[in-house]
Amino acid sequence: MSKREITLDEIESLAVGAWVLGTGGGGNPYLSLLNARLLYKEGKRVQLIDAEDLADDAYVAVIAGMGAPLVGIERLTDHRVFARAARLMEEHTRRKFDAVMAMEIGGGNGVRPFLVAANLGVPVVDSDTMGRAYPEAQMTSVAVGDLTPYPMTVVDVRGLESVIDKVPSWKWVERVGRKIVVEYGSTSSTCQPPRSGAEVKKWGIHGTTTKAITIGHAVREAQRTHADPIAAILAVEPGKVLFRGKVIDVERRVTEGYLRGIARFDGLDGDRGSRLEINFQNEWIVARRDGEPLAMSPDLICVLDAVSGEAVGSETIRYGQRVTVIALPPPPVFLTPKGMEHVGPRAFGYDLDYTSVFA
Amino acid sequence: MRRIGIDVGGTNTDAVLIEDGKVVRAMKAPTSEDVTTGILDSLKSLGSTGLLEGKKIDGVMIGTTHFINAVVQRRHLTKVAALRLGMPAAASLPPFCDWPEDLAALVCGGVWMVEGGHEYDGRPFMPLDEAAVTTAAHEMKEKGLKSVGISSIFSPLDPSHERRAAELILKVIPDAVITCSSDLGRIGLLERENAGLLNAALADLSRDTIAAFEKSIKDSGIAAPLFITQNDGTVAEASQARRLPVYSFASGATNSMRGAAYLSGLQDAMVIDVGGTTTDVGQLKNGFPREANSVVKVGGVRTLFRMPDLLSIGLGGGSHVQLDPLKVGPLSVGYKLLKDGIAFGGKQLTTTDVAIASGVLSLGDKSKVAHLDAATCKKVFAEAARLSEEAIDRMKTEAGDIKLIAVGGGAFLIPDKMTGVSEVIHVEHGDCANAVGAAIAQVSGECDQIFKDMTRVEAISAAQGIANDRAVAAGAARNTLSTIESEDMPLAYLPGNSVRVRVRVVGDVAAS
Repeated sequence: MSKREITLDEIESLAVGAWVLGTGGGGNPYLSLLNARLLYKEGKRVQLIDAEDLADDAYVAVIAGMGAPLVGIERLTDHRVFARAARLMEEHTRRKFDAVMAMEIGGGNGVRPFLVAANLGVPVVDSDTMGRAYPEAQMTSVAVGDLTPYPMTVVDVRGLESVIDKVPSWKWVERVGRKIVVEYGSTSSTCQPPRSGAEVKKWGIHGTTTKAITIGHAVREAQRTHADPIAAILAVEPGKVLFRGKVIDVERRVTEGYLRGIARFDGLDGDRGSRLEINFQNEWIVARRDGEPLAMSPDLICVLDAVSGEAVGSETIRYGQRVTVIALPPPPVFLTPKGMEHVGPRAFGYDLDYTSVFA
Repeated sequence: MRRIGIDVGGTNTDAVLIEDGKVVRAMKAPTSEDVTTGILDSLKSLGSTGLLEGKKIDGVMIGTTHFINAVVQRRHLTKVAALRLGMPAAASLPPFCDWPEDLAALVCGGVWMVEGGHEYDGRPFMPLDEAAVTTAAHEMKEKGLKSVGISSIFSPLDPSHERRAAELILKVIPDAVITCSSDLGRIGLLERENAGLLNAALADLSRDTIAAFEKSIKDSGIAAPLFITQNDGTVAEASQARRLPVYSFASGATNSMRGAAYLSGLQDAMVIDVGGTTTDVGQLKNGFPREANSVVKVGGVRTLFRMPDLLSIGLGGGSHVQLDPLKVGPLSVGYKLLKDGIAFGGKQLTTTDVAIASGVLSLGDKSKVAHLDAATCKKVFAEAARLSEEAIDRMKTEAGDIKLIAVGGGAFLIPDKMTGVSEVIHVEHGDCANAVGAAIAQVSGECDQIFKDMTRVEAISAAQGIANDRAVAAGAARNTLSTIESEDMPLAYLPGNSVRVRVRVVGDVAAS
């Protein structure tokens, strides 16, 4: 049993740590953090609970922003619109939520459950369904578990509201949801298919909010004391440094509504003379060193600013940036044959057998 | 090409004359309270030998820390009316929402948010609520606000709502000074809006400062156009700099690095600029300072400015020296060096005193520091070197020794041999490196926007054209333009061939 109030300082750390776990995607959490600061200033406080504290029949909202991060940084984030997505789901299903959780702990989507929880007056569950960020709705632990893929609500700040009432599969909820989001201007607040307490306990990836806070705290402490922030992350997570280098080229293209491409890095320090290439689909998926596979999904590939230790997103990474690339171990749910079907290298179109950095 | 470069610093106003690529003369004069006198004094001494008579000067380029100091020290700032066009989006994060409270209290004269703004593809997000803008303008007028910062969603793609709102405000407040966020470039509403609000807060200071610069030049009898140096090592014409002073924020540090490159002839090296109170370490890449990797905060305000990546430590010619236990800096006597230093009859032991005692500098009264023996001086210099080496190491992006250019008035603290440094280069006129950097500054133009239904090549070419035109509008000679940054980015989740292109070009100032 554990239920504890999360301080604003922990949410500051969460924003930094979630960006690291975003593996290039999930959106910069700064705008969500500003909303959290606002809510805490108004006196709101949010409790974090463990999944095991949920009653089996508890009703849990799964929150995520969906859209292009670039639109997000113009339209900004308003906590009330995310709360509206959850309330619309309550109205539609005629049930009140008992708790809120993240669809993905990565990026801004790792912070948004706190915005909704503060509005609804319910706790956040210390679990998510990816343990990181992934580009598609079927790339979750609950999809691996074949849980019900509907209903989903999609909300725009101008009062546009949609409910996807029924779809036959997770791939369908992704396809239909994506079309709505594009019409809304490529940014939206969503409440993903709700889960029961029993489902969260069985299929949630647990402890990820705490993990993100721990990582973020380590980075912020290192920044404050001028210590090495990368070493600080590796002191709290069983990760491995893959490469130190400098961005020399970023090739991006939009296909099927995703950002796909390759980022290339020339080695520095001990990696001088080597070249790293990372293929991405919103998130970093496969890394090759001098042509040989080095790391791949579901291992987390994190590209970090070599100086600040903060994450670098696939949409904003640019020529000349000095980065350190690290790998973090994946949630075990994705290491099963079924998990591999959803998020292994072949799920992204790479004809590679998964080999772990941590084997 | 004949140019005068001036650096108006907190302590000294430096001026140099560059003729056909050579520094002909360099002068220092104390910075004056009214700015004008200091510049006039240094210009007069520059021309005192009849050097400038009958010669055509192509430009006077001034770099100054005035604007950034105003924000950092919270002085000379104008109250600003913030108008954002974008409701109902972002209502929870109004203008000034992420400013330090003291600065917001000083600058914020009121916030108005009305419907308006665009989508990423140019469709209106909401129609502009003109009646609400006019109502806001009347309220601004009642409050006596004259400086206005306008922001709008996706205004870098379509500035029409910002422009129309500016017109409506001018109908109500004809003498309003208006900053539109679209003039400050980049995607990212909050950071762009912050830049606009900072700019609006500098409206009065900018007008007065640029007027003082123009007056000094006129009074000195020099007939040459005035340029103001920018954060990125380029310059803008005085009229544009008056309108957009935020672009001149970090020009002092950039100028010293560019000056160091010029004086040494090196394009790639580490630069250490030792001033009176602080030492800045930065890296030159292709003759320009390496830019900061991440978001840059100015006086605590988050912006997206291009700024040099610098590490500042508390070491300089005025640093306090404590002998037992040994400690150098970070406290400094600053501009009071010639009064408070022991060699000048004061009571505080400084690094300059130690340099005088050891014969490195010939200043003040050497007998007053005679009690400092050679071993003590050596220990102090070693400590200063250790602090510098540590800073240099932290700024390095690759292992191995690198070349180091030492500039600034306190460069005597940098020894000829250092750990991690292959060669220490001291250059002639190194103490005026920032004025030299100002004199050699170029002009830039930038384009950052989303293009739709074009091939990648067409989009980059369109962006290039816009950046070129902007550089020429800012005073560049078209035949000298070259592209120094070009990045393109297809947009995630967006339909069609949407691509965001950012191009930056630089060129030499056109001869007038």
